[in-house]
Amino acid sequence: MGTPPETEQTAEAAPEGVETGAQAVVEALRAAGVEYLFGVQGGAIMPVYDALYDADDLTHVTMAHEQGASHAADAYGIVSGDPGVCLATSGPGATNLVTGIADASMDSDPMVALTGQVPTAFVGNDAFQECDTTGVTDPITKANYFASDPDSVGDDVGTAVALAAAGRPGPTLVDLPKDVTAAETDRTPGEPTTPETYHVQERADEVAVEAAAHAFEAAERPVILSGGGVIKGDAHEELREFAFRTETPVVTTMPALGSFPEDHDLAMEMAGMHGTGYANMAITHCDLLLAVGCRFDDRLTGGIETFAPDAEVIHVDIDPAEISKNVHADYPLIGDAGTVLDQLDEAVEDAPDADEWRAQCREWKETYSMAYEIDEDAPLRPEFVVEALDEATGDDAIVTTGVGQHQMWAAQYWTYTEPRTWVSSHGLGTMGYGLPAAIGARLAADDDQDVICIEGDGSFLMTIQELAVAVRENLDITVAVLNNEYVGMVRQWQDAFFEGRHAASEYSWCPEFDKLAEAFGAAGFAAEDYDDVPDAIEGALAHDGPAVIDFRIDPGANVYPMVPSGGDNGRFALTEEQL
Amino acid sequence: MSNGLSGPAPDERPTPQGRRTPEGVRIDPEAEAQPEIRRTTLSALVKHEPGVLAEVSTLFSRRQFNIESLTVGPTTDPDRARITMVVEEPEPGVEQAKKQLAKLLPVVSVTELGEDSIERELALIKVDGERPDEVHAVAEVCDARTVDVGPRALTVEVTGTEPEVDRAIEAFERFGVREVVRTGTAALARGTNETANTTGEP
Repeated sequence: MGTPPETEQTAEAAPEGVETGAQAVVEALRAAGVEYLFGVQGGAIMPVYDALYDADDLTHVTMAHEQGASHAADAYGIVSGDPGVCLATSGPGATNLVTGIADASMDSDPMVALTGQVPTAFVGNDAFQECDTTGVTDPITKANYFASDPDSVGDDVGTAVALAAAGRPGPTLVDLPKDVTAAETDRTPGEPTTPETYHVQERADEVAVEAAAHAFEAAERPVILSGGGVIKGDAHEELREFAFRTETPVVTTMPALGSFPEDHDLAMEMAGMHGTGYANMAITHCDLLLAVGCRFDDRLTGGIETFAPDAEVIHVDIDPAEISKNVHADYPLIGDAGTVLDQLDEAVEDAPDADEWRAQCREWKETYSMAYEIDEDAPLRPEFVVEALDEATGDDAIVTTGVGQHQMWAAQYWTYTEPRTWVSSHGLGTMGYGLPAAIGARLAADDDQDVICIEGDGSFLMTIQELAVAVRENLDITVAVLNNEYVGMVRQWQDAFFEGRHAASEYSWCPEFDKLAEAFGAAGFAAEDYDDVPDAIEGALAHDGPAVIDFRIDPGANVYPMVPSGGDNGRFALTEEQL
Repeated sequence: MSNGLSGPAPDERPTPQGRRTPEGVRIDPEAEAQPEIRRTTLSALVKHEPGVLAEVSTLFSRRQFNIESLTVGPTTDPDRARITMVVEEPEPGVEQAKKQLAKLLPVVSVTELGEDSIERELALIKVDGERPDEVHAVAEVCDARTVDVGPRALTVEVTGTEPEVDRAIEAFERFGVREVVRTGTAALARGTNETANTTGEP
């Protein structure tokens, strides 16, 4: 006789029910449809990892740093629409997640953080690797939970996942004391549900919709302002339909890039501090602004006094607290973006009579064109690099970025046509976001979608260790470093507002990123001249796995147009002299 | 730095007529923007669980809402507590405070109490004990009660609206006030009006 049959069965069969708190956590993730987790091991989270060891249907990606795990989970959430999950141990593991959680909070991205915690009996005693994680993350989470009972820990996790994606998305966190995850329980968690005190209004009030529709019909200079909520609410089709039928020019916020096709005649593209001149002219001169799923961030509005000063505002948002927070809404419509746009579409009978206005918008697109000149003998223009990458990749290619000048060029000069193809750190402005985000985006994307990470030299260096993860997981990502050996945006501001005093913004030495990539096991390319660009891009895209291109761009290149902080959107500067 | 884009300079562009206040409200360009400060009482019914008070107070601090007083206590339902806040904010600050409060998950409902609500505050006032008879006399006038009598100090308790308590403290100042403690305002809606919607429906 060989091995007793009982033993064989135990080894192969999936567990019928859960036996520990940690298994309940894993079961809850499974019930919520989670497929990927991004994390880093450590003492207090070990029971959860041990339970994951048997969960073949859940893929865990070991990141180099917990911050990377949080950004990867965030990007996974942006691209897939399902909550991205990150894991870390207690203390430093949890605090390292904080930047990514705050980032997800500012950008309303669905994300769940699971953190280990010291055993319940030690909590409050300053134990090794103890940190008040729920206290620290309270202001930056939609909700957080301290799991105190092995019988309910699975439900806590299920609630956190459900809540992260519901209504206005956002990050949630469950703190998991080691004794709770290690303890025995036979309670299989139930269906993930949102808490009883959580309410979401899907449809806007009919009377309010009627009033808004009348205001819209009466407008002479209407503009649609598409915000990130259009993408998060999967309302891009409703928005496009409404814009096309009423022939209304569309301006987008940065998080909404891709919600409206930028190659369309009605597209005015991105507005705000580094928005196009024509978008800012349209916003400044419109008499009706239909804002959908946006929170009127200061980088969009500039000075509030001069923001769309002639416009009546229809504000569609799922979060009542966004209504009249920064800009007064004449017609507040609370509800889901797609549902309310459908309601409006039905209520608006006649499109506004706005031929003249459309002609004006078209003229502004000419007058304030984003076109630039190339001198083949001069250093590489970053705008050219972004356009070359765009041309070499498919329409559904995903762009992730860090934060700084490169991010603005990527926003301005890439033509976005599809939602969930722009992955960036908008509200928090987290340098180093690009590479870990590309890892999360790669795993959420379809196999045939290109994933391009556009980074700056300073920003890339902040999370470059995640290249080890991309190599280890053999992820097909192309990193394009727009390298000017400066913290470029800071340098640009110093030139404009600090008399060119380059305090702590100049790098006297920068690593050679192509060589550094090779040291990590990735493919490395460099491009210094215009002639080098096509080959470098082709080589990097053809490489099956992570590749890095070091583009040595013009160190003096600045981002224009530019509305100085708190300035008048209509008075955007086109050159440094105009600042 | 030589680069830039072409197009008319800021001064060569048309400018719109309108203007907004710093609060984002469109106004007559000639008008003076002068937001009015509003003082009001908010009552929040919350889940009676650890951390709720911290969540509410950090919300007010991180969003810079001006809070005058905050009281918290249990209700007849053991799972619910009531937080009463007096806030002072220019619009749209009060509306924002209500909506941000309502967004917190442990918050069941938020009500702004009207001017006719019943509001009470309690204060304990410790004064020098040299003139006990006079203290008793003032206490009687102020509807206060003497709750502790010692050879060197007397403590009186006074209950009333915030201005009534202010006036009482002022009245006792002539005896030398050693210490004062105030509870902050507790409030209920008058008559059969509900202070808080208990169903949790918005």
